[in-house]
Amino acid sequence: MLNHLDRLEAESIFIIREVVAECRCPVMLYSIGKDSQVLLHLARKAFHPSRIPFPVLHVDTGWKFRDMIAFRDRIAKEWDLDLIVHINEEGVKAGISPITHGSAVHTDVMKTQALKQALDKYGFDAAFGGARRDEEKSRAKERIFSFRNRHHRWDPKNQRPELWNLFNTRIHKGESMRVFPLSNWTERDVWQYIRREGIPIVPLYFARVRPVVEREGQLIMVDDDRLPLEPGETPQMRRVRFRTLGCYPLTGAIESDAEDLEGIVAEMLTARTSEREGRVIDKDPGASMERKKQEGYF
Amino acid sequence: MRDEAVMNTAEAVDVERYLAEQEDKGLLRFITCGSVDDGKSTLIGRLLYDSKLIFEDQLAALKAESRQINRAQGEEIDFSLLLDGLEAEREQGITIDVAYRFFATDRRRFIVADTPGHEQYTRNMATGASTADLAVLLLDARKGVVTQTRRHALIVSLLGIRQLILAVNKMDLIDFDEATFRRIEADFRDFAEGLGGVTHVQCIPVSALKGDNVMTPSPRTPWYHGPALLEALESASADEALEERPMRFPVQWVNRPGQNFRGFSGTLASGRLAVGDPIVVLPSARTSRIARIVTFDRDREEAVAGEAVTVTLEDEIDISRGDVIVHPKNRPEVADQFEAKLIWMSDHELLPGRPYLFKSHAGTASAMVTRLKYAIHVNTREQVAAKTLALNDIGVANLSLDRAIPFDPYADNRATGAFILIDKLTNETVGAGMIDFGLRRSQNVHWQALDLDRKARSDLKGQKPAVLWFTGLSGSGKSTIANLVEKRLHAMGRHTYLLDGDNVRHGLNKDLGFTEADRVENIRRVAEVAKLMADAGLIVLVSFISPFRAERRMARDLMGDGEFFEIFVDTPLEVCAERDPKGLYAKAQAGEIRNFTGIDSPYEPPEQAEMVIDTTRLAPEEAAERIVALLDEAGRLRSN
Repeated sequence: MLNHLDRLEAESIFIIREVVAECRCPVMLYSIGKDSQVLLHLARKAFHPSRIPFPVLHVDTGWKFRDMIAFRDRIAKEWDLDLIVHINEEGVKAGISPITHGSAVHTDVMKTQALKQALDKYGFDAAFGGARRDEEKSRAKERIFSFRNRHHRWDPKNQRPELWNLFNTRIHKGESMRVFPLSNWTERDVWQYIRREGIPIVPLYFARVRPVVEREGQLIMVDDDRLPLEPGETPQMRRVRFRTLGCYPLTGAIESDAEDLEGIVAEMLTARTSEREGRVIDKDPGASMERKKQEGYF
Repeated sequence: MRDEAVMNTAEAVDVERYLAEQEDKGLLRFITCGSVDDGKSTLIGRLLYDSKLIFEDQLAALKAESRQINRAQGEEIDFSLLLDGLEAEREQGITIDVAYRFFATDRRRFIVADTPGHEQYTRNMATGASTADLAVLLLDARKGVVTQTRRHALIVSLLGIRQLILAVNKMDLIDFDEATFRRIEADFRDFAEGLGGVTHVQCIPVSALKGDNVMTPSPRTPWYHGPALLEALESASADEALEERPMRFPVQWVNRPGQNFRGFSGTLASGRLAVGDPIVVLPSARTSRIARIVTFDRDREEAVAGEAVTVTLEDEIDISRGDVIVHPKNRPEVADQFEAKLIWMSDHELLPGRPYLFKSHAGTASAMVTRLKYAIHVNTREQVAAKTLALNDIGVANLSLDRAIPFDPYADNRATGAFILIDKLTNETVGAGMIDFGLRRSQNVHWQALDLDRKARSDLKGQKPAVLWFTGLSGSGKSTIANLVEKRLHAMGRHTYLLDGDNVRHGLNKDLGFTEADRVENIRRVAEVAKLMADAGLIVLVSFISPFRAERRMARDLMGDGEFFEIFVDTPLEVCAERDPKGLYAKAQAGEIRNFTGIDSPYEPPEQAEMVIDTTRLAPEEAAERIVALLDEAGRLRSN
């Protein structure tokens, strides 16, 4: 009998293989976070002894933690990945930043628009993402193979029925699919699986003493000197870690003593808040994720 | 349970032990369905909340939103807001699409698909049901079993779910009244009896709002000795022993990193596969043996159902995506035509004769519906004639493919008996199907030659085989006379068997209704059984209305010359209706029964019966005596 992690793993591998078998030009989105690591690991397992038969795309906003970039480059080398890094040059020229333009504009220009640019530029017809249904309530409604029209929009009211493991991958030219092999995983499954498989993750997930400032209840790490300090504000050294990773000025840390995976799991067992708590962009009211997704956000 | 673990501090949690336990957990997928106000969301909300899967920030947001939207629930949390994740759903206060939620107990991990109850979202319910091991049907104890309950039970049973839990909710509103619960349970069990494939039905009295019999047994239902809902979910069987079924390995992707490796990647749909196993590849029927079972972690000696692996073979044979690797001694059927159940999922109706893309475990083919046999009325289970299927309609159809594929009946194997239909122009998923059986089955079935024949068997009994076929209207006296004949023959030491219409419909033919098509099938099966019994050397008495000449002709043609005796029990309709021993004519005349022979369905009297019994002039005993005499004269009651 397969246990639940075995079943989840097999389901994800099936999905990844199905895309490669049926789609013309697939790509895997790589956010460098723990879910992305699991996804990449599953892709290696799916095609062994072949290499992963598609490129891996990182949409860089220019504001990722330095540790993330270093980790990304190391993994790309060690795992022999075909890595594409895309950054929205127009956004860079316009000087878009989360600090001067706020999270909404920054996310739209440097993530959503940048992603669409990259998908169009390379003509990808299927893009894997590491999103899980337990993350957010509109995600819970999304199909594993999520159809996007020519404008990368999601229509939540008219999703394709998705029965058994018979995924309809047919699209017209210009349309695309977002594919979520981790749909049925939970945060706990992800951590248990990382531990079981010994998957490397960015060290930011582990508690270390780091320089942070406290803003609107969030602990923001001072990752480089681009973060302007308020008058009288000085970074404090605190033992913190991150439950989720994004652009450093938009990602809140938590105080923690969890220095290894066992510590993280123990902390998760006692957690009273969800992992997206630390995401500034999720604080918009009501169905904001659904709207972002309709506009093409992953 | 989880409560305590959460209350403890991090240091007190034995992480190592916890993780070891977690790794051994099984996974159960189930769906919940029920009508709008039956309390479905409250129930799931409670399962999530009580297993501590709603975090504080989510709870705070939920409370705020409950107040904001205020569905007249006062200060209580509106759990439906947690589940209805789409804006349109929250605005309209209904569930449109299936939502997947996750929770775990110490024993098991669960994926629950919360499915919409409205008829116009049947396709979304089917989506949730297709991957579920079990269905929880909710109903309101004050309302009992309603049309929706029956419709949902039918749909989940069509999709192959064998285990049903009926959660009789809102028991608190009827003071936990046992009699009411028992009545609902009896009603539901009565209905579920006729659902094909459903093997387990558990009825549980619950109050989702107050928590009775949800997580733990309730002290307020001392008369109920079954499990609470959670325990029932924890102990339900998860995967129908797929490992013990015949091995099916559909090739998903050909793995070819270079000249030195040619592997076939796929997920084992059922059974077990071991290195050295002889295999056959379908549909090409080429054979080889398993050389290696390759995984990223290590080579394996064996793989079991559900595992995603890559195999290599000892011989170089041409295999591509969509081929299925099986054991030579346990092959599936290969056919390009079959009968299947269809659920239509598109606003554009089914067009028989139009080619659609057909996607299954065996890849993609082109298919058309050659004949739509009938539609199934989802509320009553009635079969109705149909020329097309519209959105959410369910029907039974013959399909024809442009190539032969290996498959199993869906009832035997969900993974290798299911398919979807895709519109070639719009790319929309328009239908989902479940294969019943291949047509032209005779190609695969060969007669087994037997050393003993019917003569040898009947000689031993001192008789010659015969079939006495009693036909006539309902209430004409067929069964009475047949029964008397059998008693006489038995007293004479002859070996007999009586096949009675009503009895057979309780067993062998309980899946059949009373439409013309079903009546034809009813007779076909009985005729085949009678033939097998005659082969065994028996004198078989068949007492069936059998209204159509064509089917009686077919039965006669199955038997050898002089073995078939058609006995027309000729009683006028008025007399039958007046006798009406089972009260059926009264119901039929009141319109309560449809397709009743003599009332709104025709009876075609025999033209060349071996014997006609006029029951208005002949007593049953006299009739029986004449029939025995007829058999004796024909030499059937002795062996030479």
